[in-house]
Amino acid sequence: MDRDKNLDTYQEFVKGIWRDNPVFVQVLGMCPMLAVTNSAINALVMGGATLFVLMGSSFLVAAFKKWIPKQVRISLYIIIIATFVTVADYTLLALLPGVHKELGAFIPLIVANCMILGRQEAFASRHGVRFAMMDAAGMSLGFVLALFSLGSIREILGNGSLFNIPLFGETFEPWVIMILPPGGFITLGLILLFFNWVAARKKAFLEQVVQAERESL
Amino acid sequence: MNELVWIFVSALLINNFVLAYFLGLCPFLGVSGRLETSFRLGLATTFVLIVTALCAWFLNTYILIHAPYLRLISFIVVIASTVQFIEMAIKKLSPALFKALGIFLPLITTNCAILGLAIFATNRGYNLVEGLIFALGAGAGFTLAMVLMAGLREETELSDVPALMQGTALNLIIAGILSMAFMGFAGLFSST
Repeated sequence: MDRDKNLDTYQEFVKGIWRDNPVFVQVLGMCPMLAVTNSAINALVMGGATLFVLMGSSFLVAAFKKWIPKQVRISLYIIIIATFVTVADYTLLALLPGVHKELGAFIPLIVANCMILGRQEAFASRHGVRFAMMDAAGMSLGFVLALFSLGSIREILGNGSLFNIPLFGETFEPWVIMILPPGGFITLGLILLFFNWVAARKKAFLEQVVQAERESL
Repeated sequence: MNELVWIFVSALLINNFVLAYFLGLCPFLGVSGRLETSFRLGLATTFVLIVTALCAWFLNTYILIHAPYLRLISFIVVIASTVQFIEMAIKKLSPALFKALGIFLPLITTNCAILGLAIFATNRGYNLVEGLIFALGAGAGFTLAMVLMAGLREETELSDVPALMQGTALNLIIAGILSMAFMGFAGLFSST
């Protein structure tokens, strides 16, 4: 692919983690994001499953893109994704039955995570295998990071613990609301607010720099 | 009968798909800008949910007993193609209804509430009638959440919101407060 010539492997990997973070910047994949992040361990398992599915399907889509007819591509992507999700579902059931039970219907629902389908359509179907894998790895690590930060904030405040290890001792009164659904919405809202604030600060700073340069001339 | 009422009210209020299970958040955050559009989208989704419940029951009863590991793949393929088929049928039979549903009908297929309904109904072992009532309740709950959210968002457009808060951050916090209000319904059935 000549399109890949001006891509940088490292850049493709890093962009998903911070600059184009699927959750905080693009606001994709919200359903699993909010539903399973009531504890850090659930968030990590969910993130791991998503990583596996996204890497696997990106690899297949990028490798077979020449044979996928344009008209039925979306259905084919979904079938590929659903296959990997089924594998992840049964693997978790065998290895971590406890967590699998807690996540329940949300493991199969990875299929409906618009982030995964979005990466196939926007990236994997247009680039070579190597870049598609880099992109998938970066995006899913960004997703894991988002899940983990939300999950640990909610677990620390809502349960007073992290990975089931108590942090504050007996006197801590847990904010039960944080592990209930409203806590998920509000925490994510506040995190997005923080990201908006950082972006606004950065913009103001850059404008200041430009201003100062102009004055010095 | 009591059981059916419970399934309906539970899906409508207590375990509202959007506000308690976080299903169908994309349209909930994306399309809920206008009241009328939200209501139409809610109705279209309810319709697709009911069709999905039928499909899921049929697949579970006749096909998936022999191959449970194909559940996810067959659900998503059958649901997507059924919605496509219904879209064509409605276009042919009732252009007015087709126009009213508009672009929403194909988009609904990718709404995770649809697949979520099929999986929940399977996990809980609902029969055909229970599944249909569950779908009706879930659809009504989705419509209710959409309409409430759209009403609130139309209000926020008129008020003076700090620039940093605008957009998704504000919508998520509004959704959180709505979800908190819906938690109040949890006491509805516990006493009986």
